[in-house]
Amino acid sequence: MAKYAFFLGCVAPLRYPGIEKSTRVVFDKLGVELVDLTDASCCPAPGVIKAFSKLTWLAAAARNLALAEKMGLPIMTICNGCYGSLFEAAHELNNNADELAKVNEILAKVGMKYNGTTKVYHFAEVLANEVGVEKIKAAFTKPLAYKIAVFYGCHFLKPTDIKGLDDAEAPHILEDLVEATGCQAMPRKQPMLCCGSGGGLKAAFGDVTKEFTLTNLENMKASEAQFIVDVCPFCHLQFDTAQKELGFEIPVLHLAQLYGIAMGMTEEELGLALHKVPVKL
Amino acid sequence: MEFKSNPEFEQQLAALGGADAKLCFQCGTCTAGCPSGRRTSYKVRKLVRMAQLDMKDEIINSEELWMCSTCYTCVERCPRRVPIVDIIIALRNMAVAEGHIKPAHKKTATNLYQLGHTLAINDEIKATRAKLGLSEVPPTVMANEKAMADLKTILDAVKFDAIVKE
Ligand code: SF4
Ligand code: SF4
Repeated sequence: MAKYAFFLGCVAPLRYPGIEKSTRVVFDKLGVELVDLTDASCCPAPGVIKAFSKLTWLAAAARNLALAEKMGLPIMTICNGCYGSLFEAAHELNNNADELAKVNEILAKVGMKYNGTTKVYHFAEVLANEVGVEKIKAAFTKPLAYKIAVFYGCHFLKPTDIKGLDDAEAPHILEDLVEATGCQAMPRKQPMLCCGSGGGLKAAFGDVTKEFTLTNLENMKASEAQFIVDVCPFCHLQFDTAQKELGFEIPVLHLAQLYGIAMGMTEEELGLALHKVPVKL
Repeated sequence: MEFKSNPEFEQQLAALGGADAKLCFQCGTCTAGCPSGRRTSYKVRKLVRMAQLDMKDEIINSEELWMCSTCYTCVERCPRRVPIVDIIIALRNMAVAEGHIKPAHKKTATNLYQLGHTLAINDEIKATRAKLGLSEVPPTVMANEKAMADLKTILDAVKFDAIVKE
């Protein structure tokens, strides 16, 4: 049975625990064992912490990678930001002995060491490449037929030269995963446009972020989508909290929640009461 | 002939992972596809040009340096494979090292330093977590003082406390 160290990050456990819950239930039903990556911290957030101090980012990420290494498990994340951050830190440390040595001098202060062996995966990648669509379909108990605006976000696929999961401009990995439920992924304009939250933009220039989100919402509405389905709690937070002010009301689900619905989880179990845009199934 | 105002800057930029700015031949593909440039005064091609010309002071004092959402559209499309986001991150590191940090960003940094996460927990979340059968506090540094102390030791060792405090 496949087994991963489950990395929670910040936004899912601290704002949308229903995403965390859905992930636990869904992967259990798919026969993938998730073991908590106990004592982990923020990834740390690449757009902000890495932008302030690259060494801070690398050292704190190395601590998370070292915790998983000690468990002998690869990491699975449920957030594009966590995935991007930990994947890139692992890419840097696992392939650069000098950087690794520098970081290990710091980790030694707390009696830790990272040997450069941890692999990092995004949960949607695990679903598509490890579990596979056929096995996923067999685990669904409730056929769905919603029209969906699939939202990739940026750091799941990009930069593609080191991630190599799918094409940056015309991917299909998430459409395939969404359509496995019976739902329909609706084509729309600019499907790969950023939600606007990343890089510290939302904290520093929230109005600019909203303009990114607005264009996305207009395109989603024009596509007649009934739900937005994302693979990142930070994109999720932006779409869920910005819509009221922008005059839209398209409910937002993380892919783990959509899968939870297709596996018969209840609205309570999915944590939908915390969503700002009401979710009616 | 290019006017180089600050050769030291080039070395600093390289040390932070921004060496390949020189690969840029100013085609403008990056700006054409940049979602932030479409909505603001930020022009990524110009920023890369300023980095090539060692215009450190102009860059680290500019608001535009903080308008990139790190969406990587430009990186994917750049015909010269300039690692544009890495360059922006390196430039932001330089700006922060000289005290240019937005209050909202300092707040995020302070959260990491104090909580080990970018966000705090609250009662509504605790109650929902419990109702869902999850631990009230997630099983991270938030639930383990020793782990949080370790993280702080690491953050102090890289002098992150200076960014949070100053
Ligand atoms: S796309 Fe690349 S080469 Fe062209 S201007 Fe931008 S950074 Fe320079
Ligand atoms: S990564 Fe930044 S500069 Fe590049 S296209 Fe996206 S917002 Fe623009």
